[in-house]
Amino acid sequence: MLSYIFCAMIVLGFICAAFTGNMSDLSQNILDSAQESVTLLISMSGMLCMWSGFMQIAKESGLMQKLSKLFRPILKHLFKDIDENSDAYDYICMNISANLLGLGNAATPLGLNAMREMKKKSLSDTATDDMVVFVVMNTASIQLIPTMVATLRRSYGSKSPFDTIFCVWITSVIALAVGLFVAKVFCKIGSNKSPYNRQKAKVKPGRQVKPFIVTHKKRVKCFKNQIKQ
Amino acid sequence: MDYIIPSILVSVTLFGLIKKVNVFEAFVTGAKDGIYTLFRIAPTMIGLIVAVGVFKSSGALDLICTFLQPVTDFLGFPKQLVPMALLRPVSGSGATAILTNVFKEYGADSFVGRCASVLSGSTETTFYAITMYYSSVGIKHIRHTMVAGLTADLTAMIFSVVTVSLFLS
Repeated sequence: MLSYIFCAMIVLGFICAAFTGNMSDLSQNILDSAQESVTLLISMSGMLCMWSGFMQIAKESGLMQKLSKLFRPILKHLFKDIDENSDAYDYICMNISANLLGLGNAATPLGLNAMREMKKKSLSDTATDDMVVFVVMNTASIQLIPTMVATLRRSYGSKSPFDTIFCVWITSVIALAVGLFVAKVFCKIGSNKSPYNRQKAKVKPGRQVKPFIVTHKKRVKCFKNQIKQ
Repeated sequence: MDYIIPSILVSVTLFGLIKKVNVFEAFVTGAKDGIYTLFRIAPTMIGLIVAVGVFKSSGALDLICTFLQPVTDFLGFPKQLVPMALLRPVSGSGATAILTNVFKEYGADSFVGRCASVLSGSTETTFYAITMYYSSVGIKHIRHTMVAGLTADLTAMIFSVVTVSLFLS
């Protein structure tokens, strides 16, 4: 994906410059921007390291676990098929608190574990309602301190790089709410498509669904009997 | 406003001290992680900043902005943000490269610069997250995940402009 974007930008840029006569600007800019990108990375490094350092303290002192306990009662309403005492639920809460603290490196493995636990329950290649809700939560950014952006603003001479923090909070909360709302509405519309609901629908009260393997064995038996006869 | 960052630092360090964590050791470990992160993103960032530079200085970026101007004018969305908003769900580093370009061109404290900061802080790389989480457990039918994720991104685009014009100008 990125290869296409990369090539498209360079090729289209060249074509455009050839038509508009900006070629001298372009050739100058190629050299400048390569140099400038390294300057930018170096000027970013200090603040990036400082934040990772403080967030590591937060992680080691168990602040992440504290946060995840705080979320338990709230998240219960979003995930309807997950047991509150299951591993999947623990991983989900931890993933969200790691995201909030901006610990992306810690959040991803926790999120992958959560997906694995949820998959164990559904055993299908279709996403369950809960998986959709969880992934949507991860596609919306929920971060208390937008460090990366603030670092960039700082290196481009912003006087107060954190003055957008309230706007970021409001915007991300609204965006997340809308995303979850859409997810929930679609869940309601297509609820028979969720593999978990399908399983539930199959198991009628007073009648047990026999596993496939047993019936298959029986079929083989029948077949053998037929051959004998 | 000035209190937010220092008080976060104080509370994190104090909490670590109360919990008997080796605070400085933890800080150093984390800072090392930060260096690794920087190292990991450096090649991508250099490549994309150059590509965005080519795209920008050739006039192609302005061409796209002008092309989309009727739509953005109708929505009241700053046209300088369009390239970033389009790239954001697909590539995080690509959007960051455009963000640096916006800062350089219009200033980090300008209206456009602030909108761009809010947009970039309140959205994630939607396609990347969806692909990573679903492919890791072999899910093929993702149902309405994409619709919900992209609606959230669109909402963030609208509200980044709304909140900045309400609170910061």
